[in-house]
Amino acid sequence: MTALPDAAEPAVQAAGPAEETPSSRGMLRYALSKAGGALFSIAMVVIGTFFVFRLLPGDPVRNLAQGRNMTPEQLDLERHRLGLDQSLINQFFDFVGDTLRLDLGTSYEYKRPVLDLIGERLGPTLLLAGTGLVIAVSLGLWQGIHAGWRHGSRFDRFSTGTSLVLWSVPTFWLGLLLMMVFGVGIGPIPGLLPFRGSESIDAPDGFAYVLDVAAHMVLPCLTLVAVVYAQYLLVMRSSLLEEVSQDYITVARAKGLRDDDVRRRHAVPNALLPTVTLVFMRIGFVVGGAVTVETIFTWPGLGQLFYEAVSVPDFTLMQGTFLLITVSVIVMNTLADVVYHMIDPRVRSA
Amino acid sequence: MSLLELDDVSVTYRIASGEVPAVRGVSLSLDAGAALGVAGESGSGKSTLAMALLRLLPKEARVGGRILLDGDDVLTMKWGRMRAVRWAEASIVFQGAQHGLNPVRKIGDQIAEPLLTHNLAKPDEARRRVTELLEQVGLPAWRARSYPHELSGGQRQRVMIAMALACSPRLIIADEPTTALDVMVQAQVLSLIKELVAEHGISLIMISHDLSVLADVCDQLAVMYAGRLVEHGPSREVFREARHPYSKALAAAFPTVGDPGSRMAPKGLGGDPPDPMQLPGGCSFHPRCPVAVDGCSTLDVQLWPAGPGRTAACVHARAEEEVS
Ligand SMILES: Nc1ncnc2c1ncn2[C@@H]1O[C@H](COP(=O)(O)OP(=O)(O)OP(=O)(O)O)[C@@H](O)[C@H]1O
Ligand code: SF4
Ligand SMILES: [Mg+2]
Repeated sequence: MTALPDAAEPAVQAAGPAEETPSSRGMLRYALSKAGGALFSIAMVVIGTFFVFRLLPGDPVRNLAQGRNMTPEQLDLERHRLGLDQSLINQFFDFVGDTLRLDLGTSYEYKRPVLDLIGERLGPTLLLAGTGLVIAVSLGLWQGIHAGWRHGSRFDRFSTGTSLVLWSVPTFWLGLLLMMVFGVGIGPIPGLLPFRGSESIDAPDGFAYVLDVAAHMVLPCLTLVAVVYAQYLLVMRSSLLEEVSQDYITVARAKGLRDDDVRRRHAVPNALLPTVTLVFMRIGFVVGGAVTVETIFTWPGLGQLFYEAVSVPDFTLMQGTFLLITVSVIVMNTLADVVYHMIDPRVRSA
Repeated sequence: MSLLELDDVSVTYRIASGEVPAVRGVSLSLDAGAALGVAGESGSGKSTLAMALLRLLPKEARVGGRILLDGDDVLTMKWGRMRAVRWAEASIVFQGAQHGLNPVRKIGDQIAEPLLTHNLAKPDEARRRVTELLEQVGLPAWRARSYPHELSGGQRQRVMIAMALACSPRLIIADEPTTALDVMVQAQVLSLIKELVAEHGISLIMISHDLSVLADVCDQLAVMYAGRLVEHGPSREVFREARHPYSKALAAAFPTVGDPGSRMAPKGLGGDPPDPMQLPGGCSFHPRCPVAVDGCSTLDVQLWPAGPGRTAACVHARAEEEVS
């Protein structure tokens, strides 16, 4: 029996460390400090938003009045109603107070509270962009894993090739192409799929309604997936490639594991870590919707709302959607950090 | 019958710029329970040879010859059989074990993995065995729940040794098991390996730059130069009075102080080992050989008998042998 004294290990520690407590407390502290950082960023964004939107060229009231015949008095009245006649500092405090109360102001264009408009559009956006994200992530990661594991193979060259092409194709171009081919139809081939809005005008009820919405979702979703999944594929592939050459992979092979098990149990868990951050960051952008895709397919989501706000231009609406998008990106980035911290033992205990 | 028999084994890496003959015609045998040391400078093909034994070389490597493990030819085995042999019959303590452990999995799971893979234990038995193995390498049982980064270099190497012992293999290949460790820990790990293999009757192939370490641990010594075996024999004799000038230089070498890699500086040897893609003709060692003679650059040197149970690939060794 060999029992060499273990220089670095005092015998009293043999009972083991008090489990979990130190590391989970460290985790909580980390999460709190990250949350603090996020709150600070959000505060800066709120302040920044106010000034940026005040500094934008153009007089909102004049824009509103465009095409309408308004006397200077009427313009002043409108300015007063919007609080634009007050000093900048007063406007600022009003803005901060309102924002804290989740009052994002009233849209010039729709004459309705911005928050209500956002609430209406959030559902369709989450549906479209969320579905797109789930498909893109699963497809991208799966294909990236297999391409990286057998790098240089035909599957790898095919995957890398297509994803590079898709990545470089402009979204609107691909969207229009799909719309022409599958929506409008070319020549004798009729269009097969709806390409306008999220449901038919005479939408049926019940399950048929679900099918109707699903059919409307196919083309915008396809466009969205095609454009973003390449990123997951390429990140996953290069991350896996990095692991494949590591010594512990050779050790796993030497242990007699099947090739699939080496990949699943050793290479993939390590390679997935860097992609977690990417996925969470992307979730943040989901809320912003896919402006281009929603606009092309007139999908009634946030992205389209933002597009409308910019083209009017409707400053309160722009400001509201902009705030929402930025805040959700910040929140998701923070979550990404915290989750990464939780799942990687190396940073977890550091 | 010997446990392991290598017959004219050669390994060539095919890379974009050509062929790299990393191992050239090595023949060796190892008896059950015996310990063989393999020495040689960096790049002499030691690790390549070790990896060839379990067919762990990358795709670009071509292996020739025969490798008989317990009478079975490793090179022609079906993959299923090969997987069954790996770790259960022969395990490896890898060079640079610092990275040999999966960073995101617990030590205990990694030690238990081969047991479960080869169906040698049920999960709860495996857990008990892990505790036992950790104890054997001088680590407390709770270390099973640690992650690799929570251990020192020496502790990680102990884990690698525990892992190699897990399935009670008949052969352990230790590829420079102490290179990345500091001197104190090196001594501890070496004596640990020495005791464990003796205790369990496991055969050992130990690879090192350090002839003195090998002479201490092993019964037989093989010295490699540029992919070839240049000397082979009982370790003490080879260490004390080497027949090949390269072995002589290795035997007189000393660890470079302060270098954690403990790369040896062979004494009185100038120059570097040859580029395997441009090997000198004749005796590959002749450009660096202090006692080279005229014929050395053209002569086809082979492992000639050099005393009882010994061989050496040098004209001088052959001459001595013929005289006596
Ligand atoms: N994958 C590979 N592709 C091409 N050449 C390789 C590859 N692996 C090793 N070689 C070459 O094969 C030769 C032998 O390498 P090997 O790693 O077996 O040497 P070694 O004796 O173990 O050296 P060290 O003491 O540094 O570990 C070297 O010239 C090396 O450059
Ligand atoms: S054969 Fe010649 S060159 Fe080679 S080791 Fe012997 S003396 Fe030196
Ligand atoms: Mg080596």
